[in-house]
Amino acid sequence: MKSIVTFAEQRDGKLRRPSLEAVSEARRVADAMGGAQVEAVVIGAGSGALAAELGHYGADVVHVFDAAELAHYATEVWARALGQVIGEVKPAAVLIPFTAMGKDLAPRVAAATGAGLVSDCSALAVKDGKLEARRAVYSGKAFATVRWSGEPQMATLRANVFSLATPDTSRAAKTVARTVDAASRAKVTAVNAAAGGKLELTEAQTIVSGGRGMKGPEHFHLVEDLAAAFGAAVGASRAIVDAGWVDHHIQVGQTGKTVSPNLYIACGISGAIQHLAGMSSSRIIVAINKDGDAPIFKVANYGILGDAFEVMPKLTEAAKAYFAAKG
Amino acid sequence: MKIIVCVKQVPDTETRIRINPEGNGIVDQDVNWVVSPYDEFAIEEALRIKEAKGGEVVLVSLGPDRAQTALRNGLAMGADSAVHLKDAAFDAADTMGVAKALAAAIKGIGGADLVLTGQQGVGGDHSQVPGLLAGLLDLPQVTMAIKIELGEGKATVTREIEGASEVWETALPAVISAQKGLNEPRYASLKGIMAAKKKAIDVKDAAALGLAAADLAPLTTVASLELPPARPAVRMIDGDPETQARELLRLLHEEAKVI
Repeated sequence: MKSIVTFAEQRDGKLRRPSLEAVSEARRVADAMGGAQVEAVVIGAGSGALAAELGHYGADVVHVFDAAELAHYATEVWARALGQVIGEVKPAAVLIPFTAMGKDLAPRVAAATGAGLVSDCSALAVKDGKLEARRAVYSGKAFATVRWSGEPQMATLRANVFSLATPDTSRAAKTVARTVDAASRAKVTAVNAAAGGKLELTEAQTIVSGGRGMKGPEHFHLVEDLAAAFGAAVGASRAIVDAGWVDHHIQVGQTGKTVSPNLYIACGISGAIQHLAGMSSSRIIVAINKDGDAPIFKVANYGILGDAFEVMPKLTEAAKAYFAAKG
Repeated sequence: MKIIVCVKQVPDTETRIRINPEGNGIVDQDVNWVVSPYDEFAIEEALRIKEAKGGEVVLVSLGPDRAQTALRNGLAMGADSAVHLKDAAFDAADTMGVAKALAAAIKGIGGADLVLTGQQGVGGDHSQVPGLLAGLLDLPQVTMAIKIELGEGKATVTREIEGASEVWETALPAVISAQKGLNEPRYASLKGIMAAKKKAIDVKDAAALGLAAADLAPLTTVASLELPPARPAVRMIDGDPETQARELLRLLHEEAKVI
């Protein structure tokens, strides 16, 4: 029987949303292939507890590598574990979330298994039993349709693009307990959480970003206030990261993060191609800018031509009232 | 300390992209080619390590003739020598083919204490070569490095992940890929540019790397390339700021259904 292997990333005993998206997509691909089996792989100390949830999202089998020495991600060990399953199951396809971990892991597994790898896919289709992927190239200025010449067809999936399946708690997956040699030449020795435990940009459903129109770091709180009112993550343009107003980890665009939220609100951002590269696949884009010719209005769904300093506090106020009334 | 830096020449982000008549690639002409920004971080880091600890920095790039311009840029920044992998057989190579050629070139020059790359090549944005290379060379890897500190036979590397950073300790030799934040790349000085003209670029083809056509057969192929779907025209919201704010929320709720 054909199978689709999917890597379920977990951190701190929780399945990350992009992993659930990958399992959901694996289920859809498996069904489109005429009833292939979805085999999820979860690795890490305590990860056995996550098998049931993977079943709810569509996994038929969950391969669990649960051992105390697997407390921290290690590329070589994770690649060995995933390679072990791929070697035995011989899947038609392997789906991995395009997260910091997936990005690091997938090529290593591809090198070990000889699989063709297509990165950062934003859509998958099954044509004549084969996978076909669509991905953005050249900063989103073009889209490529990519095919594989053999199997396994390995793909990494952009976060926030593939829809989550509705979990079915009556679905139970078969669990296979596995072991792996935990020796690794590169090891994590510490994990330092980013200050403030802020919402992760690539997984956020709403993002409020600020650019040079904020005129100085002392006004950036307007962006943060608006984000708080929407329950959104905070982003920034490259210009103000390079100017040192905000940290690089919130930069959206080329040399920063690529995001696909449901709602992206760009405040005082002109929309240079570097920025558009990272956010033009957002579903709904709102631009607030005082320059009517700013390129950001070319990708925006809704535009407010005006002074961000006047519009943003009003919008923050109105959003607070809206969400309070909505409850 | 011998450091090899893999460099890719890519279209400048500002360049307008034209799709070729075959519909599976871009028109090469009129494109302004630059060193991939992440590779500049890798070159800069190699130069800083060399300046602190001594050693040599060797650049490797795969590409047509124009790739030599990218290599000259790196040599002008201060790298010692360069290897240019050039063969018509590389034209159809995918990421795996490129990684195989780079791995063969690295082995051919006797390996290195450290292999540095950008975390991804701008344009293709695959972010695959660092991991493929490490896998093919059987070296440990740390990707998306924002800080590298070298010790005796090991390196301590800070890597950026979602909402946190990880500190890794890796044995050397290793493959480390550079993320923005690692450093501020220098500009080549006039003296550096003059000196670069005299530095050697060793050109190697597939045969010299011991690669046969089968080694380079692509596992993935771009079937078609198309321009992105046009976004709907923007709807401008008029009125005073208070009205604009209220109207926007109404539209986001009723029309776009995102709140």
